[in-house]
Amino acid sequence: MHDLIAITALGGTTPRVDTVAGVTCTENPAVALASVAARLGQEAKAQKALAKLIDASAPDVGQHAGGTIAAFWSTPDQWMIEAPFESHEDLADQVNSAMGDSASVTEQTDAWTRFDLTGDPLASVLELLCILDLRKISAGSVACCSIHHVGCFVLCRSPEEFSIYGPRSSAGSLHHAIVTAMRSAL
Amino acid sequence: MIINHPLLGPRDAAEFTYLGDASMIDRPDWQAEDAAEAFYDYAYLRDNLAGEHRELWYHEAGDRSWLVVTRDTTTHEISKVELARDVARARGRSK
Repeated sequence: MHDLIAITALGGTTPRVDTVAGVTCTENPAVALASVAARLGQEAKAQKALAKLIDASAPDVGQHAGGTIAAFWSTPDQWMIEAPFESHEDLADQVNSAMGDSASVTEQTDAWTRFDLTGDPLASVLELLCILDLRKISAGSVACCSIHHVGCFVLCRSPEEFSIYGPRSSAGSLHHAIVTAMRSAL
Repeated sequence: MIINHPLLGPRDAAEFTYLGDASMIDRPDWQAEDAAEAFYDYAYLRDNLAGEHRELWYHEAGDRSWLVVTRDTTTHEISKVELARDVARARGRSK
């Protein structure tokens, strides 16, 4: 048996935590992801299956919804599904059986890295990072935008809690950008 | 320059990449008698307009949708933005 050590996207054995003034950035590797794309002509059926899976209406443009298994909108008729890795390591399989023939599902867990930003004032950090209209963003919003030339999803869970998903291969650059913005703004 | 995305609202042009003339949506039928000539036109011949131009833009740093943007090439004024899939489907594509 190989003696392998699990490391996070930033290369540590424990998630990286950075705090500047009242804002904390936490690397969050404990999440499983899968993407769902409704098949042509089966959009309504896919939305129904998705609603059943997340126990909430399928998120509309720029929204996220759900409980333990949650979904966020990524592009028309496409969503990303997120769930705790511990209990949903095989998330893509679970989503695939829930969606049936109505959608195509792709495993995404290791493609992304997630940073959770908590504290106050988050808006002053985020306005340095991205060009989103933060006044229009409220709890339940999600937007895709460029941070430090890296394409990211920005999820607003509450005004004091945001999650940023970026490509795992750019985790170092994204982390650098976030912490630099925190140091500049706070 | 700001592109008013039909779903996401006004977004900076830096988030988009430009492909070219929206006539690229009208890919010729490869089985037609005159397919060779039609594909020559499709691939190489373009109208180089000074004025209103329909063009394809890709929201690369956003929701990855393709848009048909109607832009005046002399003023850069954007008069209309549509989802390319809606334009293509209205022309009988994706069936």
